[in-house]
Amino acid sequence: MEAQSISSAVDLPLRERLRETAAARLAAQHPQYTAAAVMALGILILIARHGLHDVAQVSLNGLVLGSVYALGAVGLTLVYGILKLTNFAHGDFLTFGAYMAFLVNVTWGGPLVLAIVFGMLTTALVAIFLEKIMWGPMRARRAGLLQLLLMSIGLAFLLRYTIQFIWGTKVRALDVNVTDTVEFLGLRIGRTDLIVIVIGVITLMAVGLMLKYTLLGKRMRALSDNFDLAETSGIDTSQIVLFTWIFAGALAGLAGVLASEVTNLRPEFGFALLLPIFAAVILGGIGDAFGALAGGIVLGLVTELSTLEIEPRWKVAVGFGVLILVLFVRPQGIFGKATAI
Amino acid sequence: MTLPLGVTFEAFTDFGFWTSVGILAGTYVLFTLGLQLNVGYTGIVNFGQAGFMAIGAYAMGVLVVKADWSFWLALPTAVFIAIGFGLLVGLPSLRLRADYFAIATIAAAEIVRITALNLRDVTGGNQGLFGFDDSWNNLADQIESWLVSLGWSDPEQLFPLFLVVWVTALIATVLLNFATKSPWGRVLRAVREDEDAARALGKNTLAYKLQSLAIASTLGALAGFFVAINLNFLTPEAFLPAFTFIGYAVLVLGGLASYWGVAAGAIVMWTILEGTRFIDLPISAEREAAVRFMIVGLVLILLMAFRPQGMFGKKEEMVLGD
Repeated sequence: MEAQSISSAVDLPLRERLRETAAARLAAQHPQYTAAAVMALGILILIARHGLHDVAQVSLNGLVLGSVYALGAVGLTLVYGILKLTNFAHGDFLTFGAYMAFLVNVTWGGPLVLAIVFGMLTTALVAIFLEKIMWGPMRARRAGLLQLLLMSIGLAFLLRYTIQFIWGTKVRALDVNVTDTVEFLGLRIGRTDLIVIVIGVITLMAVGLMLKYTLLGKRMRALSDNFDLAETSGIDTSQIVLFTWIFAGALAGLAGVLASEVTNLRPEFGFALLLPIFAAVILGGIGDAFGALAGGIVLGLVTELSTLEIEPRWKVAVGFGVLILVLFVRPQGIFGKATAI
Repeated sequence: MTLPLGVTFEAFTDFGFWTSVGILAGTYVLFTLGLQLNVGYTGIVNFGQAGFMAIGAYAMGVLVVKADWSFWLALPTAVFIAIGFGLLVGLPSLRLRADYFAIATIAAAEIVRITALNLRDVTGGNQGLFGFDDSWNNLADQIESWLVSLGWSDPEQLFPLFLVVWVTALIATVLLNFATKSPWGRVLRAVREDEDAARALGKNTLAYKLQSLAIASTLGALAGFFVAINLNFLTPEAFLPAFTFIGYAVLVLGGLASYWGVAAGAIVMWTILEGTRFIDLPISAEREAAVRFMIVGLVLILLMAFRPQGMFGKKEEMVLGD
C-alpha cells in the first residue's frame, strides 16, 4: 500500500470534493503552519473564555505531560523508523525505568538524581539486551510484521507482570516533595512539576541538538529515512542500531521517572502512557524524530487544555481522540511525507 | 496425591473446574474467531476486539436495565450496534497500513472502555451494571430441568451456560469454515495476499475488509454477552486491552488461518491459565495473577520466535497486507 492507497478510488466522493477546495489544498501544502494556526486559534478562544491566567496555568501542566510524551515518543519513533518495529513494549520501558528509580530512591534511600540516572541506565541496558537476544535474531530470520508486533506485545506483558510480581499493584511514589509550590508571574506550580519541566525541556533540547548536529544523530536520522541507502553509503548500521536502542531505552527510562513524579506509579502506568505516546509519534509523522518531539508537546498541551472545557476524568480519552482524528485527516502526520504511508 | 510443589491433581478431575474453564475457553473461541477472520484470513490487524466485546455487552446491558427492553430483543440490537461501531471505526482506518490500523483500533477500544467508566449514569461505571440476566436465568433453569429429565440427577449449576457457549462457538466455527471456502472467502484471502491485485480484478477491497470487521464485531459482541452472563454484572475492568492480547495468544497458539485451531488454542490456553490456580505456590493471589499474565507474554514471545504458525497454522498463510 503505497501513497495511492490514501487517495485511492475507494475514497468517498465527498472527501475528494473537500480536498479540491482552495483552503484544503493550502492546508495540505503547509501542514505545520495549519496545525500551528489551529492550535493558536484554539488557545485564543480558550483565553477569551477562561482568561489568560487559567490558560497559562493549565499550559504549564500540559508542558509537564508533554515532556513525558515527547521523551517517550522520540525513542519509539526512531526504533520504528530504523528497525520497522512497532514496539508495543515501549510503554513498559517507561514503567521499568520508573520502578528502577523507585528501587534506588525509596528502597535504598538514594538521592533523586542518582535514581534518575540509574533508571535511564538500566532501561538502556534492558533495551540492548532485548536487541541482542530477540530483535536482532528475529530480523536475521526476516520475521514478518505480525510476528514482531505480537512478540512486542508478549514482551510488554512479560515486563509489566514481572514488575507486578515483584512490586505488586500498590500505587507507589518516589520520595519527592509534592506539597511545595513555587510562584512566578502569578502562576503557581508544584516544585516537583517544575523539576519535571526543567529536566524534560533541557533533555528535549539536548536530544534535538544531538539529532540535528552530531554525526550520530545524523546517522540515526539517515537510517530512519532510508536504511538501505544509509547502509550503502558506508554507515555502520549495526552500531547505529545499538545506539538507537540505548537512546530509546534511556529516554524511555527518563520519561518513566518523570511520569512517576506527576502521576501514580503502578505496573500498568506505562502501557496507559503508550497510546498517547503513539498518538504523539503519529501526529509528528512516524519515524520523524523532530516530529515526535513536537507531537509530544502538542499532545500534552491539548490534553491539559481540554480540562478547561470538559471534565478532567475524560482527559485520557482526548489523546485517543486526537490520534483517531489525525489518522483520519492526515495519517502521515503534520511533518510526515505522504510517501511514508 | 500431593507433589512437593503442592500440585493437587484432584482439581483436574473436578467437573466444576472443567465447566468453568470450558465457559472461558468457549467465550474466547467466539472472541478469537473474529481475530482469526480479520488477521488470519483478511490480513487486517484488529487490536480493538475487546472494544467490540464491550460495545455489545454494554449495549445489551443498558437496553435491558435502563431502557427496560426484553433481553431477547436487546441481544440482536446490541449485535447491530456493535456492527455499526465496527463500521464506524473501520471506514476511516482500514485505508491505513496494518500497524496504523492496529493502533487506531486499540485507541477506539480504549475510548469505549473509558466511556463505560465515565458515563456512570448510564453504565454504572466502576460500580458495575446489574440485573440484565433474569431472562437468561429462566432459560438456564429450563435447560437444567431438561438435563434432569435426561437422567442427570444434579446438573452442575454453570453447565447450561457451558452448553450454550459451546453450541454457539461450534456453529460459528462451522459457518466461518463454509464462508472461507466460498467465493467470498477467496476474495478475502486475495485481499490478504495482495490487495492491489484484488482491486485490479475489480473487487471493492474496502467493502470486503469492512465485512470482515463487521463479522468480527458480531463475534466480539457474542463473546461480550457470555462474559456478562458469566460475571452476572458488567464492569469496564472486564474489557481491558489485555483481553484482546490474550485473544492473540489464543490465536497464535492455535495457529493462523485455522478456525479449528482457535478452539484448540482456547482450550489449551485456558487450561494452562486456570490450571495455575491449583498449583499451590506460596505466593499471594496478586502474584498468582501476575504469573498468569507472564505466561501469556511468554507464550506469545516463544511462539513467535520458534513456531509462529502455532499448533495448526500454516507458515505460508502468515501474511499481512501492509
